[in-house]
Amino acid sequence: MLTKRIIPCLDVRAGRVVKGVHFQGLSDVASPVELADLYSRNGADELVFYDITASYEERRLFTDVLRATAEKVFIPLTVGGGINSLDDFDRVLKSGADKVSVNSGALRDPSLIRRAARRYGDQCVVLSADIKRVDGVFRVFARGGRENTGREAISWIKSAVADGAGEVVVNSIDTDGVRGGFDLEMLEAVCSAVRVPVIASGGAGSIQDFITLFQKVPGVDAGLAASVFHFGTVRIGDLKREMQKNGIPARIREEL
Amino acid sequence: MTAIIDYGVGNLFSLRGAFAALGLEARVTGDRQVLRDADRIVLPGVGAFADAAARLSAAGLDDVLCTEVQKGKPLLGICLGMQLLFEKSFEYGEHPGLSLLSGTVVPLEGRIPNGLKIPHMGWNRLEICRESPLFSGIRNGDHVYFVHSYHACGCQDSLLATAEYGVPVTAAVGLGNVFGCQFHPEKSGAAGLAILKAFTETEGLA
Repeated sequence: MLTKRIIPCLDVRAGRVVKGVHFQGLSDVASPVELADLYSRNGADELVFYDITASYEERRLFTDVLRATAEKVFIPLTVGGGINSLDDFDRVLKSGADKVSVNSGALRDPSLIRRAARRYGDQCVVLSADIKRVDGVFRVFARGGRENTGREAISWIKSAVADGAGEVVVNSIDTDGVRGGFDLEMLEAVCSAVRVPVIASGGAGSIQDFITLFQKVPGVDAGLAASVFHFGTVRIGDLKREMQKNGIPARIREEL
Repeated sequence: MTAIIDYGVGNLFSLRGAFAALGLEARVTGDRQVLRDADRIVLPGVGAFADAAARLSAAGLDDVLCTEVQKGKPLLGICLGMQLLFEKSFEYGEHPGLSLLSGTVVPLEGRIPNGLKIPHMGWNRLEICRESPLFSGIRNGDHVYFVHSYHACGCQDSLLATAEYGVPVTAAVGLGNVFGCQFHPEKSGAAGLAILKAFTETEGLA
């Protein structure tokens, strides 16, 4: 049986991790390579690198970091941020990414998913959707959650999956940053609509939030979070043990 | 020295990095002579079976690979590289493989219970059904990382381990000097590294 995956997300800019990261035992807490290695040793099942680069020069630093991480960290790596073309897919895949997540780029050009899936395989293409309730309807937002596209979220996700998205990250803008738990209602709606893996994002504040997520929405395959891991509020080893205690399949490394 | 065959299929950073992390000499290569000089060969691969088989053949590497393996050199196929070891695959048609092992590659679709997602993607437990030097550094039940929609069947003579996904999915095979992992050892954390290390310690038949 597949385990439920735990995925830390690192925002990377100019080759450094941004958002305050507070860790002991790391000589350079802003080094994505070191942080990725630490998370991997603590039992992370996968990592997401989110590229918030603003310039060509910074993008080169990002791919350098990606390459260095792929050579040192032996769990799957997903890259998101600034993926607008097949060239972008090519660039990050050649630098060591295993999967590539698309968001605004796919909203601007929906054929991107189909073209990428045809060239690299469905398993390589991840749809990331930022979703917010507007007058009771789930709507897709673009540009980091700043722009309401007006698209109904479930139909957008279904069409992206039909085009070849092999996995979906559901980021609830309504619960993001609140740390009051994942958006169970939104996740349930997505899980009942598609048959590809669904990754929950937005709202994790505690270990119990992950337990509740996997118990209440069994269709969810993975939980993604950033700050709770970066701040040490949730330690992955503790989380995995608590999952196991609650009968949720988790990968626990004996070395922990 | 271990030769990691580069035939334009998939990303080899992690595989090369894994050997480096283990302090083992490895060369990523598409050169026939390097395959002849190597102590062992790794055949990686992601993507579609027919395309990978065609590329391997177009690069003139399939013959030398089979010759070296028949001489007794240890070979490890990974993911699609493992599927290529079998007689044929039914991925989008029917395509011949390298026939280094008995068995065929078939879709998971229709063979696993409804409701389970395809591809079989994520971390699953290895259930070892036959002892092998490949497993000298791991324990039964260790988790490894899978991404695949097809798997080998009819390979009872080489079957080493399965993973439970509604049905037992072929996870690792080995017969003589020929080994294969359906999962990605280079993406399977410490357990995966232990398997790669164990492979480099296997004895050839020469």
